[in-house]
Amino acid sequence: MASKVQEIIGAASAIAKGMSVTLGEMLSPTITEGYPDEPVRFEQRYRGLHVLERDENGLEKCVACFLCAAACPSNCIYIEAAENTAQQRISAGERYAAVYNIDYNRCIFCGYCVEACPTDAITHGHGFELASYDTASLVYRKERLLAPRP
Amino acid sequence: MTFALSFYTLAVVKALVLLGILLITLVYIQWVERKLIAHIQGRWGPNRVGPHGLLQPIADSLKLLTKEDLTPPHVHKLIFVMAPFLAVSLALISIAVIPFGGEVEVFGVRTTLQLTDLNIGLLFIFAVTSLGVYGIALGGWASNNKYSLFGALRSSAQMLSYELSLSLGVVGVLLLSGSLSLRRIVDSQAGYYFGFLPRWNVFHGPLPQLVGFLVYLTAAFAETNRVPFDLPEAETELVAGFHTEYSSMKFALFFMAEYANMITVACLATVLFFGGWHAPLPESWGIQYAPLVVGALVAGLLLYHSQGAFAGKQRRSMQVFGVVAALIGAAFLLQPVRVLFSPLFWFAAKSGFFLFLYIWVRGTLPRFRYDQLMGFGWKVLFPVGVANVLVTALMVALFG
Repeated sequence: MASKVQEIIGAASAIAKGMSVTLGEMLSPTITEGYPDEPVRFEQRYRGLHVLERDENGLEKCVACFLCAAACPSNCIYIEAAENTAQQRISAGERYAAVYNIDYNRCIFCGYCVEACPTDAITHGHGFELASYDTASLVYRKERLLAPRP
Repeated sequence: MTFALSFYTLAVVKALVLLGILLITLVYIQWVERKLIAHIQGRWGPNRVGPHGLLQPIADSLKLLTKEDLTPPHVHKLIFVMAPFLAVSLALISIAVIPFGGEVEVFGVRTTLQLTDLNIGLLFIFAVTSLGVYGIALGGWASNNKYSLFGALRSSAQMLSYELSLSLGVVGVLLLSGSLSLRRIVDSQAGYYFGFLPRWNVFHGPLPQLVGFLVYLTAAFAETNRVPFDLPEAETELVAGFHTEYSSMKFALFFMAEYANMITVACLATVLFFGGWHAPLPESWGIQYAPLVVGALVAGLLLYHSQGAFAGKQRRSMQVFGVVAALIGAAFLLQPVRVLFSPLFWFAAKSGFFLFLYIWVRGTLPRFRYDQLMGFGWKVLFPVGVANVLVTALMVALFG
């Protein structure tokens, strides 16, 4: 008889405990972000839309070494290199990227290009709203990827 | 100015008002449920259609209305079509005898806030709700599908066994108040012990019906096929249970029936055990200003939270609702409004708490196994109910 009573009390207290947990969760703030209504919070190292960085003088960091294109597993980076001249200096190195395209139809945001880059020219930004009705518009040219001038 | 309303006109007007309120509650209880369950699980719940997803129920209804109304070729056509209508009409009928407030005078017409005061109101409700199982059983059988049939069988067995406990939980109340009329039962609970403890049946002498209430509450969860007793629609085992073959509006009717039953059972708990529309404290304690305080609190909360991190659309709607809540609260300062709506406020508050409890339990407890369900119904709930009836009868005979 005593064990029966204990069992009933145990079950009732277990239910009460569960109910108090759910009530607490109900009243505490939601974990889900209200994305389209609220701005998204990103982790620091979130791998979003690439950014081509500039150095402190406003010159492009990219020296067109093709290491990112070589590292890319989905083969989505296309580069055409050109020589810097005294009149027209684009990057601090010998060469610069005259054309730098990333095809976001193919990019898998693996970050290998960022790892491969010897001059830290290509980085991941936090842009992510890339959806488009037109796949042709998903090939981003250098002008769209470059960081703004300081 | 006095309108000479005939009995029939008055009945029709009251029925329409009640039906309107009931249907709106029915639709919006689903919104509340989805929101609460979502917040329990750390989600937002519906928030796309209208401010805070408030138009979501309307969008859902429109969707269900425009879906293809499919009748599978292998079903028993007549019963298949009849079952959902049976379920929903029986579920809606039982609200007719529930009293929401005392006698009031609106535009010179004196009437009670109740559709009809049957002298056997309680029996009527039990009769109608137990007929409601036919909707489910016939629907499951006519679907000619093993899962539907299993769902229907489970439902019938469950409702039959828990109906007994439900009635036994209520018998104690009948012994105390000595009437089957719901209005009389509520009237017998008026007044206060020691100047503050309401003479509700859960506190009422000679034996407070706390055990009876717990038996009633548990059985009511099973009666309405709600978690943790929702075995008729245990989707892991039975696809969707008795309504597997139903689509479109027929499905919506079963859905409505479930929620209408929920509302009825919550109202009945208020009427039988928690004093219906009577306030929890006497007026000398200033309880008549409670609606005012609640309105002010809700308004304050909404206006405070509208300053939070929401987007402009959300912020504006919260401010609007905050102002509306403040105005509703302020309306209770007026004497005629207070007299008319205070009973309704208390009735709605109590029933609303039970509906909240349903949702809260749904967000907490897992489903029973079938043998546990039957064992619990017959070996625990039934004996406890019988014991409660016997002890109450003894106490009433000795001290009543």
